[in-house]
Amino acid sequence: MQLEQMYQEVILDHYRHPHHRGLREPFDVQVHHVNPTCGDELTLRVLLGPGGDVQDVSYEGVGCSISQASTSVMTDLVIGRPLPEALATGQRFLEMMQSRGEAEPDEEILEDAVAFVGVSKYPARVKCALLGWMAFKDAAAQAVTVKEQG
Amino acid sequence: MSVQTAGSLDVARIRADFPILRRTVRGGRRLVYLDSGATSQKPVQVLDAERRFYELHNAAVHRGAHQLSEEATDAYEAARATVAAFVGAAPSELVLTKNATEAINLVAYAMSNAATAGAEAQQLVLGPGDTVVVTEMEHHANLVPWQELCRRTGATLRWLSVTDGGRLDLDGLATVVDCSTRLVAFAHQSNVMGTVNPVAPVVRRAREVGALVLLDACQSVPHLPVSVPDLDVDFVAFSGHKMLGPLGVGALWGRRSLLEVMPPFLTGGSMIETVRMEGSTYAAPPQRFEPGVPAAAQAVGLAAACDYLSALGMERVAAHEHALVGYALDRLAEVPGVRVIGPTDTEARGGTVSFVVDGIHPHDVGQVLDDLGVEVRVGHHCAWPLARRFGVSATTRASFYVYTDQTEVDALVDGVRRAQDFFGVS
Repeated sequence: MQLEQMYQEVILDHYRHPHHRGLREPFDVQVHHVNPTCGDELTLRVLLGPGGDVQDVSYEGVGCSISQASTSVMTDLVIGRPLPEALATGQRFLEMMQSRGEAEPDEEILEDAVAFVGVSKYPARVKCALLGWMAFKDAAAQAVTVKEQG
Repeated sequence: MSVQTAGSLDVARIRADFPILRRTVRGGRRLVYLDSGATSQKPVQVLDAERRFYELHNAAVHRGAHQLSEEATDAYEAARATVAAFVGAAPSELVLTKNATEAINLVAYAMSNAATAGAEAQQLVLGPGDTVVVTEMEHHANLVPWQELCRRTGATLRWLSVTDGGRLDLDGLATVVDCSTRLVAFAHQSNVMGTVNPVAPVVRRAREVGALVLLDACQSVPHLPVSVPDLDVDFVAFSGHKMLGPLGVGALWGRRSLLEVMPPFLTGGSMIETVRMEGSTYAAPPQRFEPGVPAAAQAVGLAAACDYLSALGMERVAAHEHALVGYALDRLAEVPGVRVIGPTDTEARGGTVSFVVDGIHPHDVGQVLDDLGVEVRVGHHCAWPLARRFGVSATTRASFYVYTDQTEVDALVDGVRRAQDFFGVS
Protein backbone atom coordinates (compact mmCIF):
# COMPACT_ATOMS: atom_id res chain seq x y z
CA MET A 1 0.00 0.00 0.00
CA GLN A 2 1.62 3.22 -1.19
CA LEU A 3 -1.25 5.45 -0.16
CA GLU A 4 0.07 6.10 3.34
CA GLN A 5 3.43 7.14 1.88
CA MET A 6 1.71 9.82 -0.10
CA TYR A 7 -0.89 10.96 2.39
CA GLN A 8 1.33 11.26 5.42
CA GLU A 9 -0.42 12.17 8.65
CA VAL A 10 1.11 15.65 8.64
CA ILE A 11 -0.47 16.29 5.22
CA LEU A 12 -3.88 15.07 6.34
CA ASP A 13 -3.59 17.23 9.48
CA HIS A 14 -2.92 20.36 7.46
CA TYR A 15 -5.76 19.42 5.09
CA ARG A 16 -8.27 19.00 7.92
CA HIS A 17 -7.01 21.96 9.92
CA PRO A 18 -5.41 24.43 7.51
CA HIS A 19 -3.22 27.20 8.91
CA HIS A 20 -3.69 30.88 8.05
CA ARG A 21 -6.70 30.15 5.85
CA GLY A 22 -9.13 32.93 4.91
CA LEU A 23 -8.57 36.20 3.08
CA ARG A 24 -7.34 39.00 5.32
CA GLU A 25 -6.77 42.74 5.15
CA PRO A 26 -4.46 44.52 4.66
CA PHE A 27 -2.57 43.13 1.68
CA ASP A 28 -0.32 44.44 -1.06
CA VAL A 29 -1.30 42.08 -3.86
CA GLN A 30 -3.96 39.45 -4.55
CA VAL A 31 -3.48 36.74 -7.16
CA HIS A 32 -5.73 34.02 -8.51
CA HIS A 33 -4.09 30.82 -9.69
CA VAL A 34 -5.74 27.78 -11.23
CA ASN A 35 -4.67 24.29 -12.10
CA PRO A 36 -6.22 23.98 -15.57
CA THR A 37 -6.01 20.21 -15.65
CA CYS A 38 -8.17 19.67 -12.57
CA GLY A 39 -9.97 22.95 -11.98
CA ASP A 40 -8.43 23.70 -8.59
CA GLU A 41 -8.48 27.42 -7.81
CA LEU A 42 -6.62 29.51 -5.27
CA THR A 43 -6.93 33.17 -4.35
CA LEU A 44 -3.93 34.33 -2.35
CA ARG A 45 -2.90 37.64 -0.77
CA VAL A 46 0.53 38.78 0.29
CA LEU A 47 1.48 41.59 2.64
CA LEU A 48 5.13 42.59 2.85
CA GLY A 49 6.45 44.42 5.90
CA PRO A 50 8.47 47.65 5.80
CA GLY A 51 11.73 45.71 6.09
CA GLY A 52 10.85 43.37 3.24
CA ASP A 53 9.71 40.49 5.42
CA VAL A 54 6.60 38.47 4.65
CA GLN A 55 4.12 39.93 7.08
CA ASP A 56 1.06 37.93 6.06
CA VAL A 57 -0.15 35.40 3.51
CA SER A 58 -3.86 34.67 3.42
CA TYR A 59 -5.79 32.50 0.99
CA GLU A 60 -9.06 30.90 -0.03
CA GLY A 61 -9.61 28.21 -2.57
CA VAL A 62 -10.94 24.88 -3.67
CA GLY A 63 -8.68 21.95 -4.23
CA CYS A 64 -7.59 18.48 -3.29
CA SER A 65 -5.97 17.54 -0.01
CA ILE A 66 -2.48 17.90 -1.49
CA SER A 67 -2.96 21.44 -2.80
CA GLN A 68 -4.79 22.58 0.34
CA ALA A 69 -2.28 21.04 2.75
CA SER A 70 0.71 22.27 0.77
CA THR A 71 -0.61 25.83 0.81
CA SER A 72 -1.15 25.60 4.56
CA VAL A 73 2.41 24.32 5.10
CA MET A 74 3.74 27.05 2.82
CA THR A 75 2.18 29.81 4.94
CA ASP A 76 3.90 28.39 8.03
CA LEU A 77 7.22 28.49 6.20
CA VAL A 78 7.05 31.99 4.76
CA ILE A 79 5.09 34.19 7.19
CA GLY A 80 7.44 36.20 9.37
CA ARG A 81 10.49 35.37 7.24
CA PRO A 82 12.59 37.73 5.11
CA LEU A 83 11.29 37.48 1.56
CA PRO A 84 14.58 36.19 0.04
CA GLU A 85 14.61 33.39 2.60
CA ALA A 86 10.97 32.55 1.90
CA LEU A 87 11.64 32.40 -1.84
CA ALA A 88 14.74 30.25 -1.28
CA THR A 89 12.63 27.82 0.75
CA GLY A 90 10.16 27.76 -2.14
CA GLN A 91 13.01 26.90 -4.50
CA ARG A 92 14.07 24.02 -2.24
CA PHE A 93 10.47 22.78 -2.19
CA LEU A 94 10.26 22.99 -5.99
CA GLU A 95 13.46 20.98 -6.35
CA MET A 96 12.12 18.33 -3.99
CA MET A 97 8.84 18.11 -5.92
CA GLN A 98 10.73 17.61 -9.18
CA SER A 99 12.78 14.75 -7.75
CA ARG A 100 10.35 11.87 -8.46
CA GLY A 101 10.72 10.79 -4.84
CA GLU A 102 14.52 10.75 -4.96
CA ALA A 103 15.21 13.87 -2.91
CA GLU A 104 16.48 13.72 0.67
CA PRO A 105 14.94 16.98 1.86
CA ASP A 106 16.41 19.07 4.65
CA GLU A 107 13.89 19.11 7.47
CA GLU A 108 15.67 22.09 9.05
CA ILE A 109 14.59 24.18 6.08
CA LEU A 110 11.43 22.53 4.80
CA GLU A 111 9.94 21.43 8.14
CA ASP A 112 6.46 19.91 7.55
CA ALA A 113 6.92 20.29 3.79
CA VAL A 114 9.30 17.29 3.74
CA ALA A 115 6.14 15.17 3.96
CA PHE A 116 5.44 15.99 0.31
CA VAL A 117 8.44 14.06 -0.99
CA GLY A 118 6.12 11.05 -1.38
CA VAL A 119 3.82 13.14 -3.57
CA SER A 120 6.73 13.89 -5.90
CA LYS A 121 6.57 10.28 -7.11
CA TYR A 122 3.23 11.09 -8.76
CA PRO A 123 3.78 13.54 -11.62
CA ALA A 124 0.06 14.27 -11.90
CA ARG A 125 -0.01 15.52 -8.30
CA VAL A 126 3.15 17.66 -8.34
CA LYS A 127 1.19 20.62 -9.70
CA CYS A 128 -1.27 20.29 -6.82
CA ALA A 129 1.55 20.58 -4.30
CA LEU A 130 3.03 23.57 -6.13
CA LEU A 131 -0.18 25.57 -6.60
CA GLY A 132 0.14 27.55 -3.36
CA TRP A 133 3.88 28.06 -3.69
CA MET A 134 3.59 29.35 -7.26
CA ALA A 135 0.79 31.72 -6.26
CA PHE A 136 2.95 33.02 -3.39
CA LYS A 137 5.97 33.51 -5.64
CA ASP A 138 3.87 35.42 -8.17
CA ALA A 139 2.17 37.57 -5.53
CA ALA A 140 5.45 38.31 -3.75
CA ALA A 141 7.13 39.42 -6.98
CA GLN A 142 4.20 41.72 -7.73
CA ALA A 143 4.25 43.05 -4.17
CA VAL A 144 7.93 43.95 -4.50
CA THR A 145 7.12 45.90 -7.66
CA VAL A 146 4.22 47.65 -5.95
CA LYS A 147 6.48 48.66 -3.03
CA GLU A 148 9.20 49.90 -5.36
CA GLN A 149 6.75 51.99 -7.35
CA GLY A 150 4.88 53.17 -4.26
CA MET B 1 -12.17 -12.15 -32.57
CA SER B 2 -15.36 -12.97 -30.78
CA VAL B 3 -18.37 -12.90 -33.05
CA GLN B 4 -21.57 -12.98 -31.07
CA THR B 5 -24.68 -14.92 -31.77
CA ALA B 6 -26.49 -14.33 -28.49
CA GLY B 7 -27.81 -11.00 -27.30
CA SER B 8 -24.86 -10.00 -25.16
CA LEU B 9 -21.12 -9.59 -25.44
CA ASP B 10 -18.72 -12.34 -24.40
CA VAL B 11 -16.57 -9.97 -22.37
CA ALA B 12 -14.04 -12.61 -21.34
CA ARG B 13 -13.30 -13.40 -24.98
CA ILE B 14 -13.14 -9.72 -25.87
CA ARG B 15 -10.71 -9.03 -23.04
CA ALA B 16 -8.37 -11.66 -24.42
CA ASP B 17 -7.97 -9.45 -27.52
CA PHE B 18 -6.57 -6.54 -25.47
CA PRO B 19 -2.96 -7.22 -24.44
CA ILE B 20 -2.81 -4.23 -22.09
CA LEU B 21 -5.56 -5.66 -19.90
CA ARG B 22 -3.18 -8.44 -18.85
CA ARG B 23 -0.68 -6.06 -17.23
CA THR B 24 -0.67 -5.01 -13.63
CA VAL B 25 -0.27 -1.54 -12.14
CA ARG B 26 0.88 0.08 -8.87
CA GLY B 27 2.73 -2.86 -7.39
CA GLY B 28 0.97 -5.87 -8.88
CA ARG B 29 -2.63 -4.73 -8.86
CA ARG B 30 -4.97 -5.98 -11.56
CA LEU B 31 -5.62 -3.16 -14.04
CA VAL B 32 -9.22 -1.97 -13.90
CA TYR B 33 -9.39 0.49 -16.78
CA LEU B 34 -12.41 2.75 -16.41
CA ASP B 35 -11.19 5.67 -18.52
CA SER B 36 -12.35 4.69 -22.00
CA GLY B 37 -14.13 8.02 -22.35
CA ALA B 38 -10.69 9.62 -22.49
CA THR B 39 -9.19 6.99 -24.75
CA SER B 40 -10.03 3.36 -25.34
CA GLN B 41 -7.62 0.46 -25.26
CA LYS B 42 -6.71 -1.23 -28.56
CA PRO B 43 -7.31 -4.85 -29.54
CA VAL B 44 -4.54 -6.87 -31.10
CA GLN B 45 -6.45 -6.79 -34.41
CA VAL B 46 -5.95 -3.02 -34.59
CA LEU B 47 -2.31 -3.21 -33.52
CA ASP B 48 -1.67 -5.92 -36.11
CA ALA B 49 -3.32 -3.94 -38.90
CA GLU B 50 -1.19 -0.91 -38.14
CA ARG B 51 1.98 -2.99 -37.91
CA ARG B 52 1.16 -4.82 -41.14
CA PHE B 53 0.85 -1.54 -42.98
CA TYR B 54 4.34 -0.50 -41.86
CA GLU B 55 5.83 -3.92 -42.55
CA LEU B 56 4.35 -4.40 -46.02
CA HIS B 57 2.91 -1.24 -47.56
CA ASN B 58 4.50 1.81 -45.98
CA ALA B 59 4.84 4.74 -48.40
CA ALA B 60 3.54 8.29 -48.70
CA VAL B 61 -0.11 8.20 -49.74
CA HIS B 62 -1.20 10.02 -52.91
CA ARG B 63 2.41 10.56 -54.03
CA GLY B 64 4.53 8.81 -56.60
CA ALA B 65 3.70 5.94 -58.90
CA HIS B 66 5.71 3.11 -57.44
CA GLN B 67 4.11 -0.06 -56.18
CA LEU B 68 4.35 0.72 -52.48
CA SER B 69 2.80 4.11 -53.02
CA GLU B 70 -0.08 2.47 -54.86
CA GLU B 71 -0.57 -0.04 -52.10
CA ALA B 72 -0.38 2.58 -49.36
CA THR B 73 -2.90 4.75 -51.22
CA ASP B 74 -5.23 1.79 -51.73
CA ALA B 75 -4.98 0.89 -48.04
CA TYR B 76 -5.68 4.46 -47.00
CA GLU B 77 -8.66 4.88 -49.32
CA ALA B 78 -10.03 1.47 -48.32
CA ALA B 79 -9.74 2.58 -44.69
CA ARG B 80 -11.68 5.74 -45.50
CA ALA B 81 -14.41 3.64 -47.09
CA THR B 82 -14.61 1.36 -44.06
CA VAL B 83 -14.79 4.25 -41.60
CA ALA B 84 -17.43 5.97 -43.75
CA ALA B 85 -19.48 2.77 -44.01
CA PHE B 86 -19.30 2.35 -40.25
CA VAL B 87 -21.41 5.49 -39.87
CA GLY B 88 -23.50 4.82 -42.98
CA ALA B 89 -21.79 7.49 -45.07
CA ALA B 90 -20.15 7.77 -48.48
CA PRO B 91 -16.31 7.87 -48.60
CA SER B 92 -16.40 11.08 -50.63
CA GLU B 93 -17.96 12.84 -47.64
CA LEU B 94 -15.50 11.59 -45.04
CA VAL B 95 -12.42 13.65 -44.21
CA LEU B 96 -9.74 11.94 -42.17
CA THR B 97 -8.24 14.31 -39.63
CA LYS B 98 -5.71 14.19 -36.84
CA ASN B 99 -8.51 13.99 -34.27
CA ALA B 100 -12.02 15.27 -33.60
CA THR B 101 -10.68 18.58 -32.34
CA GLU B 102 -9.10 19.19 -35.73
CA ALA B 103 -12.32 18.09 -37.42
CA ILE B 104 -14.34 20.72 -35.53
CA ASN B 105 -11.71 23.41 -36.09
CA LEU B 106 -11.75 22.55 -39.78
CA VAL B 107 -15.40 23.58 -39.96
CA ALA B 108 -14.90 26.65 -37.76
CA TYR B 109 -11.96 27.90 -39.83
CA ALA B 110 -13.69 27.12 -43.12
CA MET B 111 -16.50 29.38 -41.94
CA SER B 112 -14.21 32.29 -41.08
CA ASN B 113 -12.01 31.72 -44.13
CA ALA B 114 -15.19 31.89 -46.25
CA ALA B 115 -15.17 35.68 -45.85
CA THR B 116 -12.16 35.92 -48.16
CA ALA B 117 -12.97 32.94 -50.40
CA GLY B 118 -14.97 32.77 -53.61
CA ALA B 119 -18.64 33.61 -54.18
CA GLU B 120 -19.89 30.09 -53.53
CA ALA B 121 -18.41 30.15 -50.01
CA GLN B 122 -20.39 33.28 -49.07
CA GLN B 123 -23.25 31.16 -47.69
CA LEU B 124 -20.86 30.20 -44.85
CA VAL B 125 -19.83 33.73 -43.90
CA LEU B 126 -20.68 34.87 -40.38
CA GLY B 127 -20.72 38.39 -39.01
CA PRO B 128 -22.11 40.69 -36.34
CA GLY B 129 -25.77 39.90 -35.71
CA ASP B 130 -25.30 36.21 -36.43
CA THR B 131 -25.27 33.61 -33.67
CA VAL B 132 -23.68 30.23 -33.09
CA VAL B 133 -25.45 27.97 -30.60
CA VAL B 134 -23.76 25.33 -28.44
CA THR B 135 -24.77 23.74 -25.14
CA GLU B 136 -23.59 24.00 -21.57
CA MET B 137 -22.45 20.37 -21.63
CA GLU B 138 -19.94 20.68 -24.48
CA HIS B 139 -16.41 19.37 -24.36
CA HIS B 140 -13.98 22.26 -24.78
CA ALA B 141 -13.27 20.92 -28.28
CA ASN B 142 -16.83 21.79 -29.29
CA LEU B 143 -16.92 25.07 -27.40
CA VAL B 144 -13.62 26.94 -27.70
CA PRO B 145 -13.46 26.75 -31.54
CA TRP B 146 -16.90 28.41 -31.68
CA GLN B 147 -15.93 31.05 -29.12
CA GLU B 148 -12.94 31.79 -31.33
CA LEU B 149 -15.00 31.79 -34.53
CA CYS B 150 -17.37 34.32 -32.94
CA ARG B 151 -14.43 36.43 -31.80
CA ARG B 152 -12.95 36.43 -35.31
CA THR B 153 -16.19 37.22 -37.10
CA GLY B 154 -18.12 39.38 -34.64
CA ALA B 155 -20.87 36.78 -34.31
CA THR B 156 -22.35 35.96 -30.88
CA LEU B 157 -22.18 32.65 -29.04
CA ARG B 158 -25.31 31.38 -27.33
CA TRP B 159 -25.94 28.16 -25.48
CA LEU B 160 -28.68 25.80 -24.45
CA SER B 161 -28.65 25.12 -20.73
CA VAL B 162 -28.58 21.82 -18.87
CA THR B 163 -31.24 20.73 -16.38
CA ASP B 164 -30.49 19.68 -12.81
CA GLY B 165 -31.00 16.11 -14.00
CA GLY B 166 -28.26 16.44 -16.58
CA ARG B 167 -30.48 16.69 -19.64
CA LEU B 168 -30.45 19.31 -22.36
CA ASP B 169 -33.08 21.97 -21.64
CA LEU B 170 -35.08 21.80 -24.85
CA ASP B 171 -37.52 24.44 -23.61
CA GLY B 172 -34.92 27.00 -24.58
CA LEU B 173 -34.64 25.69 -28.13
CA ALA B 174 -37.25 28.00 -29.64
CA THR B 175 -35.71 31.15 -28.15
CA VAL B 176 -31.99 30.37 -28.16
CA VAL B 177 -32.05 29.09 -31.74
CA ASP B 178 -33.64 31.85 -33.79
CA CYS B 179 -33.35 33.51 -37.19
CA SER B 180 -29.92 34.87 -36.31
CA THR B 181 -28.56 31.35 -35.78
CA ARG B 182 -26.19 30.11 -38.47
CA LEU B 183 -24.89 26.99 -36.77
CA VAL B 184 -25.89 24.72 -33.90
CA ALA B 185 -23.05 22.56 -32.55
CA PHE B 186 -23.72 20.01 -29.82
CA ALA B 187 -22.62 16.74 -28.32
CA HIS B 188 -24.46 13.55 -29.24
CA GLN B 189 -23.46 12.07 -25.89
CA SER B 190 -22.02 14.01 -22.96
CA ASN B 191 -18.45 12.96 -22.16
CA VAL B 192 -19.08 13.78 -18.50
CA MET B 193 -22.62 12.61 -17.74
CA GLY B 194 -23.29 10.03 -20.44
CA THR B 195 -26.45 11.88 -21.44
CA VAL B 196 -27.50 11.00 -24.97
CA ASN B 197 -28.97 14.16 -26.45
CA PRO B 198 -32.02 14.06 -28.72
CA VAL B 199 -30.84 15.04 -32.18
CA ALA B 200 -34.16 15.25 -34.03
CA PRO B 201 -35.74 18.22 -32.19
CA VAL B 202 -32.53 20.24 -32.45
CA VAL B 203 -32.24 19.52 -36.17
CA ARG B 204 -35.90 20.36 -36.70
CA ARG B 205 -35.49 23.75 -35.03
CA ALA B 206 -32.23 24.44 -36.87
CA ARG B 207 -33.93 23.69 -40.20
CA GLU B 208 -36.79 26.06 -39.36
CA VAL B 209 -34.31 28.92 -39.05
CA GLY B 210 -31.92 27.78 -41.78
CA ALA B 211 -29.01 26.96 -39.47
CA LEU B 212 -26.38 24.30 -40.04
CA VAL B 213 -25.93 21.52 -37.48
CA LEU B 214 -22.66 19.98 -36.32
CA LEU B 215 -22.76 16.94 -34.07
CA ASP B 216 -19.85 16.08 -31.80
CA ALA B 217 -20.11 12.31 -31.95
CA CYS B 218 -16.89 11.46 -30.08
CA GLN B 219 -18.81 9.68 -27.35
CA SER B 220 -21.57 8.22 -29.50
CA VAL B 221 -19.91 6.66 -32.55
CA PRO B 222 -17.77 4.36 -30.36
CA HIS B 223 -20.69 3.27 -28.20
CA LEU B 224 -23.97 3.43 -30.12
CA PRO B 225 -25.16 2.50 -33.59
CA VAL B 226 -24.82 5.82 -35.45
CA SER B 227 -26.22 6.33 -38.93
CA VAL B 228 -25.27 9.65 -40.46
CA PRO B 229 -28.18 9.72 -42.98
CA ASP B 230 -30.70 9.10 -40.19
CA LEU B 231 -29.31 11.95 -38.10
CA ASP B 232 -29.86 14.45 -40.94
CA VAL B 233 -27.20 16.83 -39.59
CA ASP B 234 -24.60 18.67 -41.69
CA PHE B 235 -21.37 17.70 -39.97
CA VAL B 236 -20.35 14.86 -37.66
CA ALA B 237 -16.99 14.80 -35.90
CA PHE B 238 -15.52 11.80 -34.10
CA SER B 239 -12.17 10.53 -32.96
CA GLY B 240 -10.54 7.18 -33.73
CA HIS B 241 -8.75 6.59 -30.47
CA LYS B 242 -11.95 6.49 -28.43
CA MET B 243 -13.34 3.65 -30.59
CA LEU B 244 -10.52 1.09 -30.28
CA GLY B 245 -8.50 2.80 -33.03
CA PRO B 246 -5.00 4.28 -32.90
CA LEU B 247 -4.12 7.70 -31.54
CA GLY B 248 -3.69 10.43 -34.12
CA VAL B 249 -6.64 9.85 -36.43
CA GLY B 250 -10.17 11.20 -36.40
CA ALA B 251 -12.88 12.00 -38.89
CA LEU B 252 -15.21 14.68 -40.11
CA TRP B 253 -18.25 13.68 -42.06
CA GLY B 254 -19.68 16.60 -43.98
CA ARG B 255 -22.59 17.01 -46.36
CA ARG B 256 -21.05 16.90 -49.83
CA SER B 257 -22.69 20.14 -50.99
CA LEU B 258 -21.12 21.95 -48.03
CA LEU B 259 -17.68 20.36 -48.26
CA GLU B 260 -17.57 21.44 -51.89
CA VAL B 261 -17.98 25.13 -51.11
CA MET B 262 -15.83 25.16 -47.99
CA PRO B 263 -12.43 26.82 -48.30
CA PRO B 264 -9.49 24.91 -46.86
CA PHE B 265 -8.35 25.15 -43.25
CA LEU B 266 -4.76 23.86 -43.30
CA THR B 267 -2.97 24.26 -46.59
CA GLY B 268 0.09 22.69 -48.20
CA GLY B 269 0.89 19.54 -50.13
CA SER B 270 -1.71 17.01 -51.27
CA MET B 271 -4.66 19.40 -50.95
CA ILE B 272 -3.91 21.35 -54.11
CA GLU B 273 -5.16 21.22 -57.70
CA THR B 274 -2.61 23.54 -59.30
CA VAL B 275 0.12 25.65 -57.76
CA ARG B 276 1.79 28.68 -59.36
CA MET B 277 3.95 31.28 -57.70
CA GLU B 278 1.07 33.74 -58.00
CA GLY B 279 -1.45 31.47 -56.30
CA SER B 280 -3.06 28.06 -56.11
CA THR B 281 -6.30 26.21 -56.60
CA TYR B 282 -7.47 23.39 -54.44
CA ALA B 283 -8.45 19.76 -54.79
CA ALA B 284 -12.00 18.52 -54.39
CA PRO B 285 -13.05 17.26 -50.97
CA PRO B 286 -12.10 15.22 -49.05
CA GLN B 287 -8.48 15.75 -50.24
CA ARG B 288 -8.91 19.53 -49.93
CA PHE B 289 -8.98 19.07 -46.17
CA GLU B 290 -6.15 16.55 -45.85
CA PRO B 291 -2.90 18.47 -46.33
CA GLY B 292 0.45 16.79 -45.84
CA VAL B 293 1.25 13.09 -45.77
CA PRO B 294 -1.76 11.53 -44.03
CA ALA B 295 -1.63 9.13 -41.06
CA ALA B 296 -2.24 6.11 -43.28
CA ALA B 297 -1.18 3.43 -40.78
CA GLN B 298 -3.48 5.00 -38.19
CA ALA B 299 -6.33 5.15 -40.71
CA VAL B 300 -5.80 1.46 -41.48
CA GLY B 301 -5.84 0.75 -37.74
CA LEU B 302 -9.06 2.72 -37.35
CA ALA B 303 -10.66 0.70 -40.14
CA ALA B 304 -9.66 -2.47 -38.28
CA ALA B 305 -11.32 -1.03 -35.18
CA CYS B 306 -14.50 -0.41 -37.19
CA ASP B 307 -14.40 -4.01 -38.41
CA TYR B 308 -13.91 -5.22 -34.85
CA LEU B 309 -16.87 -3.21 -33.57
CA SER B 310 -19.03 -4.22 -36.55
CA ALA B 311 -18.31 -7.88 -35.83
CA LEU B 312 -19.39 -7.38 -32.23
CA GLY B 313 -22.44 -5.49 -33.41
CA MET B 314 -23.03 -1.93 -32.25
CA GLU B 315 -26.50 -2.79 -30.92
CA ARG B 316 -24.87 -5.31 -28.61
CA VAL B 317 -22.11 -2.89 -27.64
CA ALA B 318 -24.74 -0.33 -26.65
CA ALA B 319 -26.81 -2.93 -24.75
CA HIS B 320 -23.72 -4.12 -22.88
CA GLU B 321 -22.82 -0.61 -21.74
CA HIS B 322 -26.43 0.18 -20.93
CA ALA B 323 -26.58 -2.81 -18.60
CA LEU B 324 -23.24 -1.89 -17.01
CA VAL B 325 -24.19 1.70 -16.37
CA GLY B 326 -27.47 0.58 -14.80
CA TYR B 327 -25.51 -1.71 -12.52
CA ALA B 328 -23.02 1.06 -11.69
CA LEU B 329 -25.80 3.54 -10.87
CA ASP B 330 -27.46 0.99 -8.59
CA ARG B 331 -24.20 0.13 -6.82
CA LEU B 332 -23.15 3.78 -6.39
CA ALA B 333 -26.60 4.60 -4.99
CA GLU B 334 -25.84 2.15 -2.16
CA VAL B 335 -22.93 4.30 -1.00
CA PRO B 336 -23.93 7.15 1.33
CA GLY B 337 -22.27 10.45 0.40
CA VAL B 338 -21.98 9.68 -3.31
CA ARG B 339 -23.83 12.02 -5.67
CA VAL B 340 -24.05 11.29 -9.38
CA ILE B 341 -23.72 14.32 -11.67
CA GLY B 342 -26.05 13.63 -14.57
CA PRO B 343 -28.97 11.31 -15.21
CA THR B 344 -29.54 8.72 -12.49
CA ASP B 345 -31.72 6.60 -14.73
CA THR B 346 -30.61 4.62 -17.76
CA GLU B 347 -32.96 6.26 -20.26
CA ALA B 348 -30.99 7.76 -23.21
CA ARG B 349 -27.77 7.30 -21.34
CA GLY B 350 -24.39 5.85 -22.22
CA GLY B 351 -21.76 4.08 -20.17
CA THR B 352 -20.20 7.07 -18.42
CA VAL B 353 -20.82 7.99 -14.79
CA SER B 354 -19.51 11.10 -13.06
CA PHE B 355 -19.92 11.55 -9.35
CA VAL B 356 -18.71 13.45 -6.31
CA VAL B 357 -18.04 12.01 -2.88
CA ASP B 358 -18.96 14.24 0.07
CA GLY B 359 -15.88 15.45 1.93
CA ILE B 360 -13.29 14.08 -0.51
CA HIS B 361 -11.90 15.99 -3.45
CA PRO B 362 -12.11 13.99 -6.72
CA HIS B 363 -8.32 14.09 -7.05
CA ASP B 364 -8.06 12.26 -3.74
CA VAL B 365 -10.80 9.79 -4.70
CA GLY B 366 -8.87 9.12 -7.90
CA GLN B 367 -5.63 8.64 -6.00
CA VAL B 368 -7.13 6.00 -3.73
CA LEU B 369 -8.70 4.25 -6.73
CA ASP B 370 -5.39 4.37 -8.58
CA ASP B 371 -3.68 2.80 -5.59
CA LEU B 372 -6.12 -0.09 -6.03
CA GLY B 373 -5.46 -0.34 -9.77
CA VAL B 374 -8.76 1.33 -10.70
CA GLU B 375 -8.04 3.94 -13.35
CA VAL B 376 -10.67 6.66 -13.62
CA ARG B 377 -10.50 10.26 -14.69
CA VAL B 378 -10.74 13.13 -12.23
CA GLY B 379 -11.13 16.81 -12.96
CA HIS B 380 -13.49 18.79 -15.17
CA HIS B 381 -13.07 16.40 -18.11
CA CYS B 382 -12.53 19.27 -20.56
CA ALA B 383 -16.06 20.48 -19.85
CA TRP B 384 -15.33 23.11 -17.25
CA PRO B 385 -18.56 25.12 -17.73
CA LEU B 386 -20.57 21.97 -17.00
CA ALA B 387 -18.72 21.48 -13.70
CA ARG B 388 -19.52 25.09 -12.83
CA ARG B 389 -23.14 24.50 -13.79
CA PHE B 390 -23.31 21.83 -11.09
CA GLY B 391 -21.34 23.88 -8.58
CA VAL B 392 -18.40 21.51 -8.40
CA SER B 393 -14.76 22.13 -9.26
CA ALA B 394 -14.28 18.57 -10.45
CA THR B 395 -15.82 15.10 -10.52
CA THR B 396 -14.65 11.51 -10.59
CA ARG B 397 -15.63 9.82 -13.85
CA ALA B 398 -15.81 6.14 -14.68
CA SER B 399 -16.39 5.27 -18.33
CA PHE B 400 -17.01 1.81 -19.71
CA TYR B 401 -16.49 -0.04 -22.96
CA VAL B 402 -16.75 -3.43 -24.61
CA TYR B 403 -14.08 -4.96 -22.35
CA THR B 404 -15.54 -3.67 -19.06
CA ASP B 405 -17.20 -6.23 -16.82
CA GLN B 406 -19.27 -6.12 -13.64
CA THR B 407 -16.36 -7.03 -11.38
CA GLU B 408 -14.70 -3.79 -12.48
CA VAL B 409 -17.76 -1.80 -11.44
CA ASP B 410 -17.56 -3.62 -8.10
CA ALA B 411 -13.88 -2.64 -7.82
CA LEU B 412 -14.88 0.98 -8.41
CA VAL B 413 -17.52 0.92 -5.70
CA ASP B 414 -15.18 -0.86 -3.26
CA GLY B 415 -12.55 1.76 -4.02
CA VAL B 416 -14.94 4.63 -3.30
CA ARG B 417 -15.72 3.05 0.07
CA ARG B 418 -12.00 2.62 0.72
CA ALA B 419 -11.48 6.33 -0.02
CA GLN B 420 -14.22 7.20 2.47
CA ASP B 421 -12.53 5.04 5.11
CA PHE B 422 -9.11 6.48 4.35
CA PHE B 423 -10.23 10.08 4.62
CA GLY B 424 -12.51 9.34 7.54
CA VAL B 425 -15.76 10.49 5.98
CA SER B 426 -17.71 7.21 5.96
